[in-house]
Amino acid sequence: MKPQDIAQLLDEPACGHNQKSKSGCARPKPGASAGGCAFDGAQIALLPIADVAHIVHGPIACAGSSWDNRGTRSSGPTLWRTGMTTDLTEQDVIMGRSEKRLFHSIKQAISEHNPVAVFVYNTCVPALIGDDVEAVCKEAASRWGVPVVPVDGAGFYGTKNLGNRIAGEAMVKYVIGTREPDPVPDHAQREGIRVHDISLIGEYNIAGELWHVTPLLDELGLRILGTLSGDTRFRDVQTIHRAEVNMMVCSKAMLNVARKLKEKYDTPWFEGSFYGTSDVSQALRKFAEIIDDDSLTARTEALIEREEVLLDERLKPWRDRLKGKRVLLYTGGVKSWSVVAALQDLGLEVVATGTKKSTEEDKARIRDLMGDDALMIEDGNPRALLDTVAKLKADILIAGGRNMYTALKARVPFLDINQEREFAYAGYEGMVELARQLALSLESPIWDAVRKPAPWDISSDVVLGCGEGGMSHG
Amino acid sequence: MVEILKRSKPLSVNPLKSSQTIGAALAFLGLERTIPMLHGSQGCTAFGKVFFVRHFREPIPLQTTAMDQISTVMGSDENVTEGLATICAKSAPAIIGLPTTGLSETQGSDVRLGIKAFRDAHPEFSSTEVVAVDTPDFTGCLETGYAKAVLAVIEALVVPAPQAVEANRINILVGAHLTPGDIEAVKDMAELFGLKPVVIPDLSTSLDGHLAGRDFNPLTTGGTALDDIRHAGTAKATLVIGRHLAAAADMLAAKTGLADYRFDHLLGLDAVDAFVHALAVISGRSAPEKLKRQRSQLQDAMLDTHFMIGQARLALAGDPDQVKALADLSAAMGAEVVACVVPARADVLNDLPVDVVKIGDLEDLETMGRDAGVELVIGNSHCVQSAERLGVPVLRAGFPQFDFVGGFRRTWMGYAGTRDALFDIANLMLSTEKGEVHPHTSIYAQTAEKREGDDGHYPASPRSGLRH
Repeated sequence: MKPQDIAQLLDEPACGHNQKSKSGCARPKPGASAGGCAFDGAQIALLPIADVAHIVHGPIACAGSSWDNRGTRSSGPTLWRTGMTTDLTEQDVIMGRSEKRLFHSIKQAISEHNPVAVFVYNTCVPALIGDDVEAVCKEAASRWGVPVVPVDGAGFYGTKNLGNRIAGEAMVKYVIGTREPDPVPDHAQREGIRVHDISLIGEYNIAGELWHVTPLLDELGLRILGTLSGDTRFRDVQTIHRAEVNMMVCSKAMLNVARKLKEKYDTPWFEGSFYGTSDVSQALRKFAEIIDDDSLTARTEALIEREEVLLDERLKPWRDRLKGKRVLLYTGGVKSWSVVAALQDLGLEVVATGTKKSTEEDKARIRDLMGDDALMIEDGNPRALLDTVAKLKADILIAGGRNMYTALKARVPFLDINQEREFAYAGYEGMVELARQLALSLESPIWDAVRKPAPWDISSDVVLGCGEGGMSHG
Repeated sequence: MVEILKRSKPLSVNPLKSSQTIGAALAFLGLERTIPMLHGSQGCTAFGKVFFVRHFREPIPLQTTAMDQISTVMGSDENVTEGLATICAKSAPAIIGLPTTGLSETQGSDVRLGIKAFRDAHPEFSSTEVVAVDTPDFTGCLETGYAKAVLAVIEALVVPAPQAVEANRINILVGAHLTPGDIEAVKDMAELFGLKPVVIPDLSTSLDGHLAGRDFNPLTTGGTALDDIRHAGTAKATLVIGRHLAAAADMLAAKTGLADYRFDHLLGLDAVDAFVHALAVISGRSAPEKLKRQRSQLQDAMLDTHFMIGQARLALAGDPDQVKALADLSAAMGAEVVACVVPARADVLNDLPVDVVKIGDLEDLETMGRDAGVELVIGNSHCVQSAERLGVPVLRAGFPQFDFVGGFRRTWMGYAGTRDALFDIANLMLSTEKGEVHPHTSIYAQTAEKREGDDGHYPASPRSGLRH
C-alpha cells in the first residue's frame, strides 16, 4: 500500500478525532507501546465472515499466534475458524518464491475447501520484499472463478484501528455492491409488515451477543442484509449497498465504510450501541426514524415498551444486590458512555470512565450522564489504573481483557467488556447477563481470602494500591 | 529407521507452528527482573502477548520496538536505542531480551549496532544487561527460538572459568518442553540429593501462576537471577534437559569447563532413572526413600494402565523434543504412534521411535490420523478442533493451551508426573469404550424388547402372565 493511500485512510472526515492532533493515531513509542498492528485490525474486522477462506500471507508469527482465538460466533459455516497461512520460509523470502507460494495456496484453499471467496491478508515481510498481492489475487480469481480479495494491511503500516479501516476499504472496493439482495421469501412475509433492509457495521457477534438482538429485528421486519462482520456470509456482504440504513455499532473504526456507502449509494447511517436498555431502545427508534414508516414506528414503540417493562421486572432482584457498588470503567470510544448508562441503570455508581479513544462528543455525553465533574481517565497504563482504583475506592474494574490479569494480581474484582469476553451483553437480554456477571464477581467470597496474610506469617504484607495504606475492601 | 516427510503443500492449514520469536521471548520470561522487547512491528508483540496471557493466565511483560512505515523503510536501529532507553528509565530491569522478528530481519536491521548506540548514549543504564538474539519467524519454530535465546544468554552473561566451586550447586538447562510444574519436579529431585539446583531459564518461579506481594510488576516476578547465571561456572556439574539445547550446552561447557549430563526429557521410567542416577553420581549419595517410593508407584501405574494404553493408536503433535518425550513414553507402554507431526526439522527426529514423522500442520495430523484409525490425540488446544472432527478425545500438551485451566503448569516429568500422565491417557482411552461389544439380538429371539431408538410398541403376549 502506498504512503498516500495510508494517509488518505488516516484522514476520516466523518470521525470526531479528525480535528485533533491524535488524528490517524500518533506514532507508537518504542519500548512503551501496547496494542495490535494494522494486520491484526484487518484480520479481526473480516474474520467473522464465516464462509470465506482467510489466508494470511506471511511467515508463521502472524497466523501462528493468532488463529482461532476470536470470541466471535457463527450460526453456520466453520471455515473461518480454519487457520490458513502461506507460512513463508527463508528460501521463499530470499529466492522470491513467495508470490508463487501464495498463488498455489489460493488454489489449494479453493480446491480443498470450496469457499465462496478467498481473502488474502498481506503482512510485513511480503510487503517489504515487494510481493504484488493484488496482482496474484486478480490472476487467481480469473483462473479459478472464485472471488479473491486482497486485504493489504501489513503490520508496519500502522495501528489496529488503521487495519480496521483498510479492511473496510477492501470490502467497499471489492465486495459490497457486487450482488443484488435475494427477494424476501414468501414464508418470511407477514401481513401488515413491510420488510426493510438494514446493515450493521462494526458488529462482531462476540460471544453470540448479536443473537440477543436479531430476534427483535426479525419481529420488527428489519432484515439484516449483511454485517461487518458478525455471523455474516460473503454473499450477504455483497448486498450491503442496498440497505436503507446502516448502523455503526459501537465503533468508529469503520466509519470510512459508512461514509463511503453514503457517498456512493446515498445510504444514511447513524452511530448507536446495543449495550444498556436505553441504548438498545434508542437504536431501534433510530432505525424507525430514518426508515420513516409509520407502521414500523408504532410497532417499534410497542416492542420497546413491552421489552423495557419485562426487563425492569427481571432486573429488580439484581438491582438490590448491586446498588451503590462503585465501578471504575476503563474502555474506549462509544463504550465510555454507552456502558455508563447501562451500569447506572443497574444501580451502580460509575466513579470514573476511560476516555482514551473518545471524541469531544463522547465526552459531552459522559458529562450528561455523570455530571460536570465526571472523572475521565486518559492514560490507562496498568500502574495508573490500579492507583485510581485504590484512590476512588472502586469495588470493581470493568475494562478490556488485556487488563484482566493486572486487576486480578492486584486482588481487584474485574469484568471483561471488550472483544475477548466470553459473555454476551448486547440487547435487553444482555443486561441480565451483565448483572449476573457483576454480582458473580462482586459477591465472590474469594476477595478477602486473597487479600489477607497468613496468620502464621506477620511479615507477608500485601502491598496494594499506591502505598496509601492499601485497598478498600468494599 | 524413521521416515521424515517434508512439507508437501503450499498452504499451511491449521498451523501447528509457533514462531521462533515468541520462543525466544518465552526463554527470557524465565529470567528474573526481565522484559523481552521484540524488534518488529507492534503486532508481533501484541500477538505474542495474547498468546502467553491466554496460556499462562498471567500478565506478561512484553514490549515492542514498534516499527512503523517510516522506520521500516528508513532504518529501525534507532527504535532499538530508543526502546531500550525507555524501558530502562521506566523500570530498570536486570535484563532486556531483544529477539528479532521476520520484519526486522528482512529489513536487515543491525540490532547490535542499535545496542552499541544505546550504550554510548546512555552510560547511566549500564547495569541493565541487553541480550540480542536473531529469531526470524521464517525459519525454525518455538523450540528453536527458545534454544537460541538460552544460547545467547549463556554467551552474553556467563563469566568464563575458572571460578571457586560452590558446594553442591548444579546448573540445570531446561528446554521449552518443560512446564513450570516439570521444573518444580526437577528441582525437587535435585534437592532430595542435597544439591542446590540453579535452573536456566526458570519458569517455575516466574510463570508458575503465583500471587505476588506487590500489586503490579512491569517485569518478570521471578526466574533465574542474573548473578546465578553469571556464576554458572561455580557449579559442580551441569544437567541439560532437551536435545534442542545442545548448542547452548556446548557453549556453557566451553565457558565453564564443567562436565555435563544430557537428557532428551524426563518422561517415562528409563528417562527418569537416568536422571536420578546422574544426581546420585554428582552428589555421591544414594537415592532417597521418597524417590524409591515414587518409582515403585510409577511401575505400579504402568501395570495398571498397560491394558488401556497397550496398542492404543495415538496421534502426537508438538515441537520436536515435546514429541520425542511423548513418543518415547508411548513406545515404552506399547502404544502405537500412528500419526506424528512436528512444525520444523530437528536432529532429534532421527531418533523418534515411530515409523513416519511429518513436518507439517494439524490438517496433516488429521489426515494421517483418519487414515490410520487414531484413538487419542495428544497436542495443544488447537488440536481440539481436529480431535472433534476425528471423533476422538484429546490430551492437551504443549503451547498454546487457551481453553484449559492449569494445563500450563501440569507436571508431566519425573516419576510422579509420568504416573499421573499414564492415568490420564488410560482414562481417556477408557472413555472411547474401545473393545465394547454391542448387543446382538438373535433372529430367533423369543421376546422382542423395546430398545432405545425404537418407537415400536410390543404388547405382552396374553400367555406370558401364566409362566412363573
